[in-house]
Amino acid sequence: MSGDAHLAIATRGLVKRYRGQTAVDGIDLAVPRGSVYGFLGPNGSGKTTTIRVLLGLSAATEGTVELLGRPMPQDLRQVLPWVGALVEGPAFYPFLSGTANLLRLDAADRDAPARTRAVRVSAALDRVGLGNAAAKRVRAYSLGMKQRLGIAAALLGPRDLLVLDEPTNGLDPQGTREVRHLVSSLAADGTTVFVSSHLLAEVEQVCTHVGVMSAGRLVAQGTLAELAAAGTSRLQLVTPDGGTALAVLASLGLDGATVDGDQVTAVLPSGTLPEPEKIVAELVRGDVRVRGFTLQRESLEDRFVALTGEGFEVVR
Amino acid sequence: MSAERVTTAAPPDRRPGRPRPNLRASLLASELATLFRRRRTQAVLAVLAGVPLLIAVAVRLSADRGASGRGPVLVDRLSHNGLFVGVTALVVSIPLFVPVAIGVVAGDTIAGEANLGTLRYLLLAPAGRTRLLLVKYAGVVAFCLAAPLTVVLVGAGIGGVLFDVGPVPLLSGDTVSVGESVLRALLVAGYVAVSMLGLSAVGLFVSTLTEIPVGAMAATVTLAVTSQILDALPQVEWLHPYLMSHFWLGMGELLRTPIGWDSFASNAVLQAGYIAVFGSLAWARLTTRDVLS
Repeated sequence: MSGDAHLAIATRGLVKRYRGQTAVDGIDLAVPRGSVYGFLGPNGSGKTTTIRVLLGLSAATEGTVELLGRPMPQDLRQVLPWVGALVEGPAFYPFLSGTANLLRLDAADRDAPARTRAVRVSAALDRVGLGNAAAKRVRAYSLGMKQRLGIAAALLGPRDLLVLDEPTNGLDPQGTREVRHLVSSLAADGTTVFVSSHLLAEVEQVCTHVGVMSAGRLVAQGTLAELAAAGTSRLQLVTPDGGTALAVLASLGLDGATVDGDQVTAVLPSGTLPEPEKIVAELVRGDVRVRGFTLQRESLEDRFVALTGEGFEVVR
Repeated sequence: MSAERVTTAAPPDRRPGRPRPNLRASLLASELATLFRRRRTQAVLAVLAGVPLLIAVAVRLSADRGASGRGPVLVDRLSHNGLFVGVTALVVSIPLFVPVAIGVVAGDTIAGEANLGTLRYLLLAPAGRTRLLLVKYAGVVAFCLAAPLTVVLVGAGIGGVLFDVGPVPLLSGDTVSVGESVLRALLVAGYVAVSMLGLSAVGLFVSTLTEIPVGAMAATVTLAVTSQILDALPQVEWLHPYLMSHFWLGMGELLRTPIGWDSFASNAVLQAGYIAVFGSLAWARLTTRDVLS
């Protein structure tokens, strides 16, 4: 759906190849305006490469990118002033203070008014809790402080879109919570937030939408509810009437259950599942003696692992 | 897809409340401030300032012991007139010290930003790749002026302290006033600045090729030295007029009466050629490159 005004980020068939290696393999991102979009995937799944292409730092091999309804990188000059970004960790001049670093970055944006520069810089520093360290050289900053400064740089002006690549890297639990707060408050102002992470738990609480990357492909995308619905549920029934139970379940469209003694189990797609109480009511009506019944929905975490694979092995 | 909250933001280029900004002075001012406030830049300038100090002190000590009459003519004349110190130090610095200083600054332009990772944030600002390159080159040009000026001014200062100051005999034998001699010294500094513009463009280009600033610096200095070696080999005489270092020591004309401008003009044309070629290469490279650092 290219050209959609309601999408803050839209890509079609986006491919990025480096020297024969396909880092991003034909992805169609759709990030609605006003959403908080969690861009998930294990390390090396192509998240940062995608972000680089979105922001015009590297060129797409194939496919198109639209940011805030405009083609990238063609309209980069018009689009980027409205985009705040933290890409692959913060980077600053170690010999300059936090304030001086932000002043320089702001000066680099030729649309940023010089008149309000100092005010905006100090407001951004205050917003990430660096007001007291503003005059210190960045050389003396801890990793967490640099990360905060990076976020401050993304907040130098009014933004329509924030792209935060692993924003909680290096932050302590306190800082992680603050970033989560910050994301929520920015989203409440109507800013679209696109936040990448390899940890589901980190984004689950703040996101409205999720996209999951695995080995360069976007393997799932949608609202959190949609993603959960796309998973599976495990039905467990304890009954001495296994055969009858299978027939009743089949009449509900729930095929593939197996009987083992008095245990009836089935793994079913969550999306089409009737309410559990309805299943039990049907079973009872069919003269099945229900002695135990559980319907366990796969957690988002399980879903994430199912989509991206488990373990430490680097896929590529 | 559900739960969309469509914002009412106006299209990015038509939102009210953002005044028309100043065009490019901000980034240039920031670049110059960052360059000259940096310790490394100051250290390089300090090394250059050390050359006239060293020469002046050495000549002063040997002059006291009556060693006058030995060594290069210019150096010998120092003891008679302190105003020679700056120009002499500059001439001595041209083969190596000045190119090394330029190489350090020019090689660092893009590679240094890439190495720190600040290149991606400048581009995201968005600084604009072409604009960034122009600003970076402007910064090196400013340094090209600052380097010889430092040598000449420090030289004139220490010369004035350690030696007599008076009317200065030129290479042509005429004598000019103190005021005019200062003007001539500044001309020589300007000549050296122009001489280094080509090397600066080479350094800028090399700097777009790598993310390792030290590599770009070393490569730039190596090219400067190579150019001078080739210029000294009669076997490749056909190549000499095209070497960036060919006119580096041609400032003698500026120290005669009347002043000759031939060398200055040929040098300017040559350097402009280098700027055009290597500036274009740097532009082509930076505007198409994937910024991965």
